[in-house]
Amino acid sequence: MNGAPILAVNGLGKRFGGFVALENIALDVATGERLGLIGPNGSGKSTLVNCLCGTVHNETGTVTFAGQRIDRLAAHRRTRLGLARSFQLPKPFHTLSLIDNLRVPLLYAVNARPGHHLAAAEVEARCHALLREVGLGDKARRLPRDLTQVEMRKLELARAVATEPRLLFADEAMAGLSPAEVEEILAVLFRLNEGGITIVLIEHIMRAVMSFSTRLAVLVAGQKIADGRPEEVVRNPEVERAYLGE
Amino acid sequence: MISFDLLINAIVAGVLLGGFYAAVSVGITISFGMLDIANIAQPAFILLGSYAAYIFNSAFHIDPILVGVVMTPIFFMIGIAVYRLYYYCFEMRNEQAIQGLAFFFGLLFVAEVSLILVFGVDYRFVEAPYIGPSLHFGMFDLPLRMLIPCVISLAMIGALQLYLSRSFIGRAILAVSQDGGALQLIAANPTRIKEIAFGISIATCALAGTFLIIIQPVEPSIGRDYIGRIFAICVLGGMTSFPGMVGAAMLIGVAESITATFYGPSWAPAVAFGFLLAVLAVRPAGLAGR
Amino acid sequence: MRTSTFSIVAFAIGLAVIVFTRVFFTNEYFYFAAYVVLQYVVLSTAWNILGGYTGYINFGISAFFALGAYSTVVLHKLPELLHDTWNLTIPSIPMPVMILVGGIISGVIGLATGYLTLRLRGVFFAIATLAMAIVAQTLIVNWDYVGGSRGIYIIRPAMAPLGGGYIQYLYSLMVILAVMSVCIARWIERSQLGLGFAAIRDDEQAAEAGGVPTLRLKLIATTLSGALMGMAGAPLPYYVTYLDPTSSFSLAYAVNAVAMPVIGGMTSWIGPVIGSILLATIQQLATVTISSALNLLIVGLLLIAFVIIAPKGILGVVEAQQRRRATRLANLAARPAQ
Repeated sequence: MNGAPILAVNGLGKRFGGFVALENIALDVATGERLGLIGPNGSGKSTLVNCLCGTVHNETGTVTFAGQRIDRLAAHRRTRLGLARSFQLPKPFHTLSLIDNLRVPLLYAVNARPGHHLAAAEVEARCHALLREVGLGDKARRLPRDLTQVEMRKLELARAVATEPRLLFADEAMAGLSPAEVEEILAVLFRLNEGGITIVLIEHIMRAVMSFSTRLAVLVAGQKIADGRPEEVVRNPEVERAYLGE
Repeated sequence: MISFDLLINAIVAGVLLGGFYAAVSVGITISFGMLDIANIAQPAFILLGSYAAYIFNSAFHIDPILVGVVMTPIFFMIGIAVYRLYYYCFEMRNEQAIQGLAFFFGLLFVAEVSLILVFGVDYRFVEAPYIGPSLHFGMFDLPLRMLIPCVISLAMIGALQLYLSRSFIGRAILAVSQDGGALQLIAANPTRIKEIAFGISIATCALAGTFLIIIQPVEPSIGRDYIGRIFAICVLGGMTSFPGMVGAAMLIGVAESITATFYGPSWAPAVAFGFLLAVLAVRPAGLAGR
Repeated sequence: MRTSTFSIVAFAIGLAVIVFTRVFFTNEYFYFAAYVVLQYVVLSTAWNILGGYTGYINFGISAFFALGAYSTVVLHKLPELLHDTWNLTIPSIPMPVMILVGGIISGVIGLATGYLTLRLRGVFFAIATLAMAIVAQTLIVNWDYVGGSRGIYIIRPAMAPLGGGYIQYLYSLMVILAVMSVCIARWIERSQLGLGFAAIRDDEQAAEAGGVPTLRLKLIATTLSGALMGMAGAPLPYYVTYLDPTSSFSLAYAVNAVAMPVIGGMTSWIGPVIGSILLATIQQLATVTISSALNLLIVGLLLIAFVIIAPKGILGVVEAQQRRRATRLANLAARPAQ
């Protein structure tokens, strides 16, 4: 581990009606680390991301981000503090051009931070730079409906990165992509991490998770059953049982 | 003690009114609660039911409730037609939200104006032997024109509840209300199921409309008063549950009846809205769950 | 064009129209008809700020509109009331002040309704507004001071400021209100606020994740939209001279204010302007020949037809045609020369 925890989750619980989606989750994310979060379908990964990012509210437990309690803050406040996410199913602003898609976080997240005020020209320049970085530089004026699936994933990532986060949740950023496309997205994520962004990768594609993560946490049925170095975690018999069945 | 009698009678009248409100709201509980289609034109179909009863009653002196029963299958077919239009125009294009609402709003308005063009703005009413007399039990009255709609309406809701929980299609409708995708697993076509469910929701308007015109004279714009009421009842009752809906209907019926008795009938329409806002403001989490 | 330039030009055109019409048009009927058309420009633009930009449907237009009108009734009777109760003498309140007060009252009602329902899915907001219109009407029906269900007669002042008849004065005010609402709508569209609104309309969760304070923005939209509707309604008592709950809460206002943006196109300020001028003018011309009920039936049918056939309105149709022409030209240019 290379630093103090940027995110500390303690005793987190969430239920939907009678269904317990998350139970007593404890999770620390260290500054600068690349954490892989895995688990079978319905194990609560996305609910966890939703709770941490404020899309839904947890019932029990605490979430501390950069030393501040955030579990009662609205989602946009968390974004402004530096917590970003991409969505499992890309949710582009479909009536806005790509550049306007990125303008939203720059104006509402970055410019809303104290001491930040980017002029219009600078916002525009940063949007273009971000689009180029993910390889969408020539489509700035297009609408999201003109994009391919992998381009849509890239837009989703770019929009999350445009909030200039300290911690990024990439929620299944590679689902449905070809191996070459997975490599493309992974390369983007590695670059972002080198730029200083802590990344939590929620992913099904094990090869991608294993090559990316410095640490691995496993959720099964709303509980964290393993957490540690990737090669150790995958050999954990409990994880094998949960994943492969008996 | 401001006349205990008055209060008891207001409560009894409210329960009877609530039974009628349940008949009016059962359709929206199916379409809005279970299918997630915000059919704000529902009151227009109820009014169509009222006018159908009026036409056959005034022209041929047929019993209005009999007209309601006979009209039910026709209303079912109308419902299927409306759903098909809605499906092809909005659900398939994924444009339910704004356009779908505007569509039903237009439908509500077109129905109201058409009724004005055909029947004018005069109040219309039906004639039947049970409109007028009352049963008396000690200190309270049971007017038959309220009692009969209440009893038949509860019977109708009971039958629908049985249908939903016992029959294959009924259970499929309940499954759709939980999760549209799950149905494909049991090889049922969700669109077809929703079509039938929506047809049923409109079919209930034939009898509900008949009850309306038995209880009070009807003119084209009174349908609007029912929008707040039926959605309040549906939301208050927990969106998908018939027993909850009946309870909510009784609650609002009693609240309105007490308001009308002690503050005057002109205040009654505000009661349902008060409930609706209170529910939306106080327990949004319980409702936004869907 | 920059917003400030556009506003200056728009107000200049508005003033020019006022001067031109008042010099050359002497027929009173013209002013009665034009007033209604302009009133719908304000109403549909106001509706579109919430409905078109943020995607939240307000069906309670008549409530906001009528509350503006009834606030004028109260202000109209205020001097008399003050005189009778406290023996205070104040001059009668000028129309622009009444418009302002009507705007504030409807704006506050918009804020309150929004605050109670906007945290839920949009459809609950739509239903709440629809029900709210009924409640507002119930309140007015039971309020005898403003005429109750019987309605109230308002006598127009004999003298209008700026000379001319009172109806010309109301017309001039409505021109200015219409220009103002269009300028506000266009400014929103091109500002950060408009970008935030569009993000909310497209995907509220993604907007929040992008740092957009969605609840606050939605409240701004409902307040602004409600306020403009109230302002549009404020002059109504002096226009009709007899105000009653049934006609002032008429569903016709709501249907028109929804149909006009839908038919014109909801994504730009020009859509509601096109829709309202088109629809309101047709209605004004048609009332001479056909009944008003038939007229409204046509509006309702047009609304349904457009929602089904051209959901993006006239603007959408025009844009689609332009796109098609552009690709055709591009294809032609790309074909190698023979």
